[in-house]
Amino acid sequence: MTTTVVPAGAAAPAGPGQPEKVPVSAGRRQHRAGTAIGLGTAIIYLSLIVLIPLAAVVWKGAGRGPGFFWDAITTPEAKSTLLLTVGASMLVAVLNLVLGTLIAWVLVRDSFPGKTIVDTLIDLPFALPTIVAGLVLLTLYGPKSPLGINLAYQRSGVVVALLFVTLPFVVRTVQPVLLELDRDMEQAAASLGAGPWLTFRRIILPNLLPAMISGTALAFARAIAEYGSTVLISGNIPFKTQVASVQIVSQIESDNMAGAAAVATVLLVVALVVLLTLDLIQRWGARRG
Amino acid sequence: MAKYALRAVALGYLMFLLVIPTGLIFWKTFSAGIGPFFEALTSPSALHAFQVTLIVAVWAVVLNTIFGVGTALLLVRRQFPGKRVLNLLVDLPVAVSPVVVGLALILVYGAFSPAGAALAKVGIQIIFSLPGMVLATVFVSLPLVVRAIAPVLEELGTDQEQAALTLGANPIQTFVRITLPGIRWALGYGIVLCLARSLGEYGAVAVVSGRIVDQTQTLTLFVEERFTNFEEGQAYAASVALALIAVVSLLLTKLLRPKEDR
Amino acid sequence: MAIEVRDVNKNFGKTPVLKDITVDVPSGSLTALLGPSGGGKSTLLRVIAGLENPDTGTVVISGVDATRLSPQRRNVGFVFQHYAAFKHLSVFRNVAFGLEVRKQPKDKIRARVMELLELVHLQDFAERYPGQLSGGQRQRMALARALAVEPQVLLLDEPFGALDAQVRKELRSWLRRLHDEVHVTTVFVTHDQEEAIEVADRIVLLADGKVVQTGSPHEIYDHPANEFVMSFLGPVTRIDGHLVRPHDIEVSLDPSPGATEAIVSRVVRLGFEVRVELTIGEQEAFAQLTRAHADQLGLAPGTAVHVRPAAGAKALPVPA
Repeated sequence: MTTTVVPAGAAAPAGPGQPEKVPVSAGRRQHRAGTAIGLGTAIIYLSLIVLIPLAAVVWKGAGRGPGFFWDAITTPEAKSTLLLTVGASMLVAVLNLVLGTLIAWVLVRDSFPGKTIVDTLIDLPFALPTIVAGLVLLTLYGPKSPLGINLAYQRSGVVVALLFVTLPFVVRTVQPVLLELDRDMEQAAASLGAGPWLTFRRIILPNLLPAMISGTALAFARAIAEYGSTVLISGNIPFKTQVASVQIVSQIESDNMAGAAAVATVLLVVALVVLLTLDLIQRWGARRG
Repeated sequence: MAKYALRAVALGYLMFLLVIPTGLIFWKTFSAGIGPFFEALTSPSALHAFQVTLIVAVWAVVLNTIFGVGTALLLVRRQFPGKRVLNLLVDLPVAVSPVVVGLALILVYGAFSPAGAALAKVGIQIIFSLPGMVLATVFVSLPLVVRAIAPVLEELGTDQEQAALTLGANPIQTFVRITLPGIRWALGYGIVLCLARSLGEYGAVAVVSGRIVDQTQTLTLFVEERFTNFEEGQAYAASVALALIAVVSLLLTKLLRPKEDR
Repeated sequence: MAIEVRDVNKNFGKTPVLKDITVDVPSGSLTALLGPSGGGKSTLLRVIAGLENPDTGTVVISGVDATRLSPQRRNVGFVFQHYAAFKHLSVFRNVAFGLEVRKQPKDKIRARVMELLELVHLQDFAERYPGQLSGGQRQRMALARALAVEPQVLLLDEPFGALDAQVRKELRSWLRRLHDEVHVTTVFVTHDQEEAIEVADRIVLLADGKVVQTGSPHEIYDHPANEFVMSFLGPVTRIDGHLVRPHDIEVSLDPSPGATEAIVSRVVRLGFEVRVELTIGEQEAFAQLTRAHADQLGLAPGTAVHVRPAAGAKALPVPA
C-alpha cells in the first residue's frame, strides 16, 4: 500500500517542514473553561462543607501527636464505648449478612401474596428518620412493651436499633445480583448431579459473594456511625449502652472538643477504610464479570 | 418445605423488626381518634418545628440539586485529572456519622474558631442557627442527587447532545432542551431522596442546632425533646407525621426509580 | 469546492487515526468515505462536522475556514449511525429542533417541517415519538431533522449500518433519489463497497488513516490504485502472478496464447453462477462462470483446463 493518489483538485500547500499546529478552537476553549469553572465550584463546595470540617476533626483529634490521641481514645469511657460500638456493629453486620441474603432470596425466588408490599417495606428504614425509628422500637421493646419484652437500656436494645437501620443494605445489594443470576447454571449443576445445597454452595454463593460482602460492609459502616436510633433505646449509660456517636455528643455538650474529635477520628478512619474496601470489592467483582 | 421455612423466617423477622413496631405507633397515635393528633401537630411549637424543618430541607435540596447536576455532568461528560478522587469524595458523606458531621462543622464555623469568629464580627452566626443546620443537612444528603443522575447520564450517551450542537443549539440550549429532559425522572428521584433525607435528618442537626426550643428545633428534634419531657402524645403525633412523609417519599421513589425504556 | 480538508492529522492518545488527510468534496456531489473499520472514516466525518478537533490541518466549508468553528456554527447537517433521535420529543419537534433554536417564527417552522416530513414520507407520523418508529423511519426522521436547517453540507455516519438488509437496500436507492431532488452536498461513511458504488458519485477510499484513492466509482473499480483497493472492492484471485477478478477469467479446454494450465478441484453451483475452484501448480485459485458456460465446458473435478485473464480485464501484477 504505497501508492497514495491525491485528488487532482488538491493543490494543497504542501510546504516543507512540519504542518502548523491547529490553535485551540473557540469551542474547545469554552469547553475547557467550562470544565475548569465547574470543577473549581465543585471543589470549593466540597471543601467548605465536607473536606475542611473533616480535616478540622482529624486535626483537633490527632493534631497534638499520637500520644494525646491514644490517651484520648483509651480513657476507660472511650475504650468501653468504642469496643461496644465495634462489637455491636460486627454482630449486626453478621446478622445482616445471613438474614439480608435470606430476605433477598425469598424476595427473588419465592412468590406469595403481598410480596410487592414487603419489597417496598424493605426501604422503610432508609426513609424513616432515625429518631422515629428509635421511638418506634422503644414502643414495642421498651418498658411499656405490649409483648413484655423490655430491651430499653440494654445492649440488646442497641443491637435491635442497629438491625433496624441497617436492614436494607445487604438485601438491596444482593437482590439485583440474584435477579440477574443465570438460572441455566443451576440447572446445569443439577443435571450434573448436584443437590440443592451443593448447588447453592458451589454455584450461587460464589456469584453472590461480592454483593454480600459489599452490603455487609455498608451495614457495618452505617452501624458504627449510627446515632439517632440508639439515643432513646440505649438510655445512654456509660460503660454499658453508650455507643461512640452518643459519647461524642455528650463530650461536645460538656465542651471537651478534643476528646470528641479523637473518638470521631476513629469513626472517620473506619469509614474511610470501608469506602476504600468497597471500591476494591467493586473492582474485584467487576473483574470476575 | 425449605421454601416455607425460609419464607417464615424472612417474614417473621420483618414483622418484628419493621411492621409491628411501626404499626404500633400509628395505633397508639390514632387510638384516641384523629383529634388529639391534629391538636398536637398544630401547637405553636410543632408548627414552628415544621417551618424550620421545611426551610432547612428546601435550602439543602436546592443547593444539592445544583451541585449534584453540575458534578454529575463533570464526572460523566468531562475528562480531568483527579476524577477518581472526586468520585470517592462525593461518596464520603454517606459513611460519616451524622454526629461527626456536626462536630466537624462546629470546629470550623463555631464561635471559637477563626472562621466562626470572623463571620460573627460581620453579624453572621452559623452554629446554633439556621445556616449551620443547612450546612449539616447539605453534608449528609450530598451524594444523593449526583448518584441518582450519573448512571442515567452515562446511559444517555452524547449522541443526542452532539446532534443538537450540529443543529445549531448552543451549550445552554442543548442542556435545557436535550440533556435535562433526558434525566428528568432520575433527577426527580434524586430530589425526592434528598428531600426525604433532609426532612428526617436528626443527628447532625441535633449537634449544630443547639436544640433551642421554638428557635432551631426541627421536627425530629421536637420528637426527641417531647419524648424526654414525658409528652409522649406529642412525640408520637410528630413521629407519625414524619413516618407518613417517609412512606409518601418511599412510594414516590418507587414511581420515579429509573427503569428500562423510560 | 464545498469541503476542503487539508493535511489533517488526528491522534487518539498515542494512536494516530488520521495521517495527513487531504480531501476535496465538490459542491453538489454525493461522496462516499469508504474503507475498512478502524480506517478513520468516521473520525474524518466528525472532524468535518466539528465534533472532533484535528491536531493539525484545516477544514474549509464553502470557502470559509471552519477549523476553529464549533459544530454549532458550522451549519452542517449530521446524521448519526444510531439516529440520535431526541427521545422525549415528537417527530415534528425533532425535525423542528434546529429551527426552534434559531428562533424562527412558528408558522414558518410548521410549514418547513411538514414539507420535510413529506419529503421523507413521514407526514403521517408527525405526532409520534421516536420510540414508536421503526429503524428505517427513525433514520429518515434524522435525515429530515438534519436537512431542516438547510445545511451547506450533509454528513451521514454509516447511515444504514444499524438497519436490516432489506430496509438497507430500499433506503440506499431512496437516498440517491433524495439527493437528486435536494442537491445538497452529501458525504456519507460506509464500510460496504457495494453501497458506495451504488449510491455515490465519488468515492474516497480510506485505510489506516490515509487516503488510498479518490475517484468516481467506475474509475476506482476499473483502475484500482493497488492490491488493497482491488481486493477491498470485491473478490479477487491470483493467476499467473496477477490479481484478477474471478469473473474476468477465461476458462477453456484447449490451450491458448498466454493461458496457464490448471486442474479443476471443485465445482460449486451458486444458482445462476458457478464457482470453479482450481489448482494451478501448488496454488489455489477460482473462477466465476455462468451456468450455461460451465455446462457447455462440462467441468468436473479433475478436468484439465487453461485459464487466462480476459482481454481488457484489470489484472494487477503482484509479487509472487
